[in-house]
Amino acid sequence: MSATDDPHLGTAEQEPLGPPPISPLRENWRYFLANRGAVIGLVVIALMVLTAIFAPLIAPHDPTAQFRDALLVPPAWTDKGRPEFLLGTDALGRDILSRLIFGARYSLAIGLVVVTLALVSGILVGLVAGYFGGWIDGLIMRVMDIILAFPSLLLALVLVAIIGPGLFNAMLAIAVVLQPHFARLTRGAVMAEKHREYVTSARVAGAGTLRLMLVTILPNCLGPLIVQATLSFSNAILDAAALGFLGMGAQPPTPEWGTMLAEAREFITSAWWVVTMPGIAILVTVLAINLIGDGLRDTLDPKLKRS
Amino acid sequence: MLRFILNRLLLIVPTFIGITLVAFLFIRLLPGDPVILMAGERGVSPERHAELMAQFGFDQPLLKQYADYVVGLLHGDFGYSFSTKKPVLSEFMARFPATLELALCAIVLATVLGVAAGILSAIRRGSWIDQATMGVALVGYSMPIFWWALLLIIFFSTTLGWTPVSGRISLTQFFPSVTGFMLIDSLLAGKPAAFWSAVHHLILPTIVLATIPLAVIARQTRSAMLEVLGEVYIMTAKSKGLAQRRVIWLHALRNALIPVVTTIGLQVSVLMGGAILTETIFSWPGIGKWMIDSISRRDYQVVQGGLLLIAAVVMVVNLTVDLLYGLINPRVRHR
Repeated sequence: MSATDDPHLGTAEQEPLGPPPISPLRENWRYFLANRGAVIGLVVIALMVLTAIFAPLIAPHDPTAQFRDALLVPPAWTDKGRPEFLLGTDALGRDILSRLIFGARYSLAIGLVVVTLALVSGILVGLVAGYFGGWIDGLIMRVMDIILAFPSLLLALVLVAIIGPGLFNAMLAIAVVLQPHFARLTRGAVMAEKHREYVTSARVAGAGTLRLMLVTILPNCLGPLIVQATLSFSNAILDAAALGFLGMGAQPPTPEWGTMLAEAREFITSAWWVVTMPGIAILVTVLAINLIGDGLRDTLDPKLKRS
Repeated sequence: MLRFILNRLLLIVPTFIGITLVAFLFIRLLPGDPVILMAGERGVSPERHAELMAQFGFDQPLLKQYADYVVGLLHGDFGYSFSTKKPVLSEFMARFPATLELALCAIVLATVLGVAAGILSAIRRGSWIDQATMGVALVGYSMPIFWWALLLIIFFSTTLGWTPVSGRISLTQFFPSVTGFMLIDSLLAGKPAAFWSAVHHLILPTIVLATIPLAVIARQTRSAMLEVLGEVYIMTAKSKGLAQRRVIWLHALRNALIPVVTTIGLQVSVLMGGAILTETIFSWPGIGKWMIDSISRRDYQVVQGGLLLIAAVVMVVNLTVDLLYGLINPRVRHR
């Protein structure tokens, strides 16, 4: 933190005027912590990250191990349940809890990879469009319009049909579909910022194009991008699960939550737990991320901030 | 106003050309030989292969292929389905009413409930009603709808037996198709039993498809309403001594609904995406299920045509909403 946080530094001669000023980062953090929902979301995601990292230590069974004597065993708290299978087993006798625990790795990785890809490419494209303007801007933004003209799930499906089903290809397709949002946001922010005095002064001081784009302008456009990144994280998880459910994402026997649901579909009348559990995992994860996103938006949007 | 309309129309032209390019490139970008790919595992003889290559024009230069494709589109030629041998356009038209009926029911449900919930939340800001409504909205917004559909089927169809599991109407009901909408056609034929069967089949898919738009509309209405309620003219109206009800319904709501209209328009794209999942789960004979079936059947001309037509529908709806927005919001059209 900066020296201004400390009221005892350099203020010996004069009386301090009111409480010491706080850094913007710390102020935002404090504001974020005051939002109960956001904190709950953060705790849930933190737990999920830990679960994903330590999955082999936490999971009671191997996620792909098939217990032939325990097909479709209901959860442990029901009459026919068995204590070693807390959430029951699926049609191949695999422990659902263990598969969900390992599935957390996939969902978080999907969110992380997709958002990184979409964020980086979207920011670059948006910076170029907003900074240079003219026909470059026109061309780039028309391409973004075209991507946005298709329903995102449909376009992702078609892209996967071209490059082939699979988890990584699904992530690529979703990143392509989510990327225009970042490009548009960046472009708009850059266009609003690039004629400000601080940019002109940096240019007069001899800063090159790249430095102006990445070091001078970009940090001042980050607020909305962070909020969009959070929203895209949850969208990525939902879309990847949907693709998995439609058989175009992760392929069995991968314990990805959407793929687990696809395998469970035929048991909706006979084994409710096979269907219920993976969906709860998806819902809780997405909900937690959206809570964080709402908190971040309230924190970073000065219009909503109480003064 | 005329300039505003022309401006909007001009803006969508490049996007539309881009969409035809995407649809055109789709088949060309598929890895491998397009004819062998469409033929699938059965394979084709070399003679038939050359014949098909010529028939689809795959032996022509790319630019010529694209030109032919666009000319074909302008003549209403969207290609032929490989599995049914029928034109893609007529297959689309045969299925579109099913999707439209479902989507319309969903958007009406989402708008009515969403706007009501948003208003209620805004005027009771901070109360338990507000918190509960917004909590439910956030859950709805985070819902994996394909799982939600399965849950509803487990509860209402298999456990309670209230609603059918799949399809648009009971197989025992027959009546002539006039509009393609089961709800209207059954009434035109004077068959109330058929009408109720159609309603029963619609309930669960409508709820599933409406879930995310409903949550989005409720959240948007609330924040738009809160913004308007903080405006000076609302304070003026209140201090003039106008009744609370009059201020909210007449002064606030009219302006708060302007951004909500845009939100509702944006949900059309969400609905078309959601229709893919909803129709697949409920075996709803619409566009979404058709696309998924065609992708898994490798019927790529159908995928290509469907992609183009769906994007065109979404664009036309968005354009309409944009124009409507200009109509109700003078600030936009005089810019």
